[in-house]
Amino acid sequence: MFELPVMNELTRVLASLFLVLMAALISRWQHLDLEKQMLVAVVRAFIQLTLIGYALTYIFDIDNPLAILLILSIMTLIAGYTSGNRAAGVPHARPVALLSISMGVFLTLGLLVALRVFSFTPQQIIPIAGIVIGNSMNVCSLVMRRIKDEVNGRRLEIETALALGATRRQASDPYLKMALQSGMMPIIDSTKTVGLIQLPGAMTGMILAGALPLEAVQLQMIVMYMLIGAAAFTGLGAAFLSYRQFFNKTHQLVSLES
Amino acid sequence: MGPAIRIQNLTLYRNEQRVLDDVSIEIAGGELVCLLGPSGGGKSSLLRCINRLTEPPAGTIFLGGEDVTSIDVLSLRRQAGMVFQQVVLYPGSVAENVSFGTALQNRPLPNDEIARLLALVDLPSDLAEQDSQTLSGGQAQRVAIARTLATEPSAILLDEPTSALDPAATRRVEETMLKLQQALGLTLLWVTHLPEQAQRIADRIYLLDKGRVVDEGKPEHLFRPGSDHLTADFAAGEMD
Repeated sequence: MFELPVMNELTRVLASLFLVLMAALISRWQHLDLEKQMLVAVVRAFIQLTLIGYALTYIFDIDNPLAILLILSIMTLIAGYTSGNRAAGVPHARPVALLSISMGVFLTLGLLVALRVFSFTPQQIIPIAGIVIGNSMNVCSLVMRRIKDEVNGRRLEIETALALGATRRQASDPYLKMALQSGMMPIIDSTKTVGLIQLPGAMTGMILAGALPLEAVQLQMIVMYMLIGAAAFTGLGAAFLSYRQFFNKTHQLVSLES
Repeated sequence: MGPAIRIQNLTLYRNEQRVLDDVSIEIAGGELVCLLGPSGGGKSSLLRCINRLTEPPAGTIFLGGEDVTSIDVLSLRRQAGMVFQQVVLYPGSVAENVSFGTALQNRPLPNDEIARLLALVDLPSDLAEQDSQTLSGGQAQRVAIARTLATEPSAILLDEPTSALDPAATRRVEETMLKLQQALGLTLLWVTHLPEQAQRIADRIYLLDKGRVVDEGKPEHLFRPGSDHLTADFAAGEMD
């Protein structure tokens, strides 16, 4: 088959900007007013990715476990902050999100390393941590928001149970289950359909980089399975830490959004 | 023997607003006392303090002579059961709902005990297996009362228990509660905004307005024609 020679990397990036240019022209033509946003997005992506590229090169070079832990902590901190903001309305949302995500991320990565699925090297841990943290962040936001909605919407059911002598845990139990299910279903669903609807990112990346499809598929399996674990750990943490924020030790419903 | 429930100089704030203002009330064992008054007068807040759904200041509420804030809260809520205005029955059968409170302590009720509790609230025992979501409002409120009785309370706090019911269902719930008061010696504290209901059922009435007790006494005195009691004014719709 006839193949065009591929250009060097930077030229490829510049060439791909041609698509953004076309999108900008469409925006102008249809008066979508998105040109400026597109410019900002393109520049931000360029700066952020270049910086992370240099940072990763540096970290890979020094290959120090403490540096890995530092990077993981920063990533987790940002995820906790973001998730906490999305779950506004849960008292102490940011610390709760940070704790839940930390638990999910460090348990998942710890197990992967302990089971020798990945080695504790920056090349392996940091990209994998990125996937786990991003996923845990979404699970955490989903679970916390669901808990908040349920506690606010089911005040009567909860207080009726409390008045019958239920502990705060017993009174919230059905809603904890619902919240955990809602947090875990997306990853279970996407694991069910993986490969049928779209080729996921990790696998696509490996194939583009020249790996054999069967190698790429193996990595993708590991990714999907670990994400189910991470969702369970993070979701469990988020559910159990969030519901308690709405009660005090005397099993009283204390904090309600007006 | 002292009063079953004693409330002593209770002042309660919520969001820096005074909800209850120096309220003192005594209820003897086996007595049915109505807390009457306009909505927003603090009646429900007072009720919620007794079983500590809302925390009262220490030393203001006593159940059987014991400060409620020093009683284990879960056991307190079984001793002073509560029936709400809006009935919540959980998904499942009537029987499951009746044994909800005891099941929380890992002792689900045997069938004959469920039948006995349903009989106490004038419901047939074959209702036990029925889906709780198919009941009428009146039936649902009786099931809720049976559910409260299952934890063997010495007192029941009723927060406008009939205000969502039609007049016939209201009268039947009132009759059931009066019968339970007699049969089980229950102490009942019943919140209502309806003077005629208080007059029908109460042994004694406290009138609460803007968080304060503004009148108290037996219905035959409070509602006597020509009496200068505020309760009579409230009943006539003439209270400020």
